[in-house]
Amino acid sequence: MILEDNLGPDSDAFYNALMNTHEGLTEAQSHALNARLVLILANEIGDLKTLTALLETARRS
Amino acid sequence: MAYDYAPFPYTPPLGLTEPEQRHAIVIVGAGPIGLAMAIDLAQQGVASVVLDDNNVVSVGSRAICWAKRTLEIFDRLGIGERMLAKGVTWKVGRNFHGDKQVYAFDLLPEPGHKYPAFINLQQYYVEQYLAERAQDFPDLIDLRFLNKVTNHTDHGDHVALSISTPDGNYTIETNYYIACDGAGSATRKRMDLPFEGQTFEEHFLIVDVEMETSPFGNHDTPERWFWFNPPFHNGQSALLHKQPDNIYRIDLQLGPDTDPKEEATEEKVIPRIKAIVGDTPFRLDWMSVYKFRCAKLDRFVHNRVIFVGDSAHVVSPFGARGGNGGIQDVDNLGWKLAAILKQDAPASLIESYNTERVHGSAENILNSARATNFMTPKSPIEALFRNEVLKLAADHSFARKMINSGRLSQPCNLATSPLQTPGDAPILPGFPIIDAPLEGSNVTTWLIAEAQGQFTLVTASPTPLPAIEGINRIGINQQADYPCFISVGGHAETRYGTDKIYLLRPDGHVCAVFNTADPIAIKAAQDRALGATT
Repeated sequence: MILEDNLGPDSDAFYNALMNTHEGLTEAQSHALNARLVLILANEIGDLKTLTALLETARRS
Repeated sequence: MAYDYAPFPYTPPLGLTEPEQRHAIVIVGAGPIGLAMAIDLAQQGVASVVLDDNNVVSVGSRAICWAKRTLEIFDRLGIGERMLAKGVTWKVGRNFHGDKQVYAFDLLPEPGHKYPAFINLQQYYVEQYLAERAQDFPDLIDLRFLNKVTNHTDHGDHVALSISTPDGNYTIETNYYIACDGAGSATRKRMDLPFEGQTFEEHFLIVDVEMETSPFGNHDTPERWFWFNPPFHNGQSALLHKQPDNIYRIDLQLGPDTDPKEEATEEKVIPRIKAIVGDTPFRLDWMSVYKFRCAKLDRFVHNRVIFVGDSAHVVSPFGARGGNGGIQDVDNLGWKLAAILKQDAPASLIESYNTERVHGSAENILNSARATNFMTPKSPIEALFRNEVLKLAADHSFARKMINSGRLSQPCNLATSPLQTPGDAPILPGFPIIDAPLEGSNVTTWLIAEAQGQFTLVTASPTPLPAIEGINRIGINQQADYPCFISVGGHAETRYGTDKIYLLRPDGHVCAVFNTADPIAIKAAQDRALGATT
């Protein structure tokens, strides 16, 4: 699990891209999009140990 | 046509008029598990008394999906072929979201197996076939219907039972008390044993309908259809399955707030079925409303009382792991009890039944609970994730794999059990035998039919197998003075390799593998599988 900066110069660009992805959606639509995003990212990571660590970190914050 | 529930005959037991000699084994419950247990023991020459408070087979279809491994065990018990002939073989499952198919799976096994991945067959047929098979052992199986166990006491080296019959009460003693008395086990309750796990709040309506026209439409072969958010039913899920005699199983999820008594009425059920099948004429055969539970005992062995099947563990039905799990219990316990009673193994071998089947049932509970959790979201966020998985599944294969309408029963891997000697081979120690077609002096047969029921050495290598007392031998593509067969279609070589020797336990699980025919190593592995302490 990487919790130090891993996006380098692209942090701002990613954050804006994420906001743009939600633009114009109702709250319910945004929640659904986020759920899909979590599922897609999980498959991209593909490693249960890493994913479990990420889930626990998110839960703790 | 509706099944004819003919009652089994009751005869007044000996114990009513004179004391009975202490029995070696008393089996409480004559359901599929109790009957299979008695037959397994009888095939090894071990006598048992089977007590049941009822005198008919189970009412309603109940357990209907029988997995390949179960059929292979039933083959050994003598009813596998009959089940296959009567049962509905299916292999394709389709999952729908609304009216759209999102995922289909094909369980078509590779060729070269005697039994298919699954058949559907009503539990009452299985019980009938088992009861009839039990008649083949009149000297070894003492079936007593309308004999209700009212109390039992473990005296350390035996168990005393109090039994009531239509003609009065009597008592018997037994060395081992095998509790096959089902999910509501009176034995377990008398012993006040904690039976803990997860209860699901949703109600499910289970209906069997008989109809001539297939609801599978253009698909002529029977399939398993599962809907999330079905278009014809205002609920989370629905399941459709075919059984023999044109009987279709329909499961409808009703939600947590329904009244089970009100739902299990013709007035409520008929419109629900019409919503699925339209104007097709049908007959209601059986219905029931359930809540599901996944729970098990901490231990299945309590000194002289041994729990087998639903009395030891219950699962939700999605995955067909109840009946199939129970039969694997029987398969595991039968040879061990017989070995102990014949003094081929120490009494402590029984502990390995506890270890191996607690492990197996934990695996079944994990899988069934996961499926039921997916199907019955408990909060808005769980429902959201479930629906988004279903949406993604239309386009992305990774999400299709997350759809869980039941992970179907698989044979248990016993690699972690101390009875197995670790080793390396195409089939690892702990896994069950894999079937293969064989030919011997003009007869076609199957490896599962030849190798199960006793310790057996099997090889598809040219190495001659050593003669060891108490171990059968099967040579594939060999010529020797023990049973030899020719492999058909090359399946045995592919599945077992051509340089390994396998030692199978009587339940068909591999307990050791060898590169050379070393009789000392083979005997040591057999001793280990029989629970020898070194």
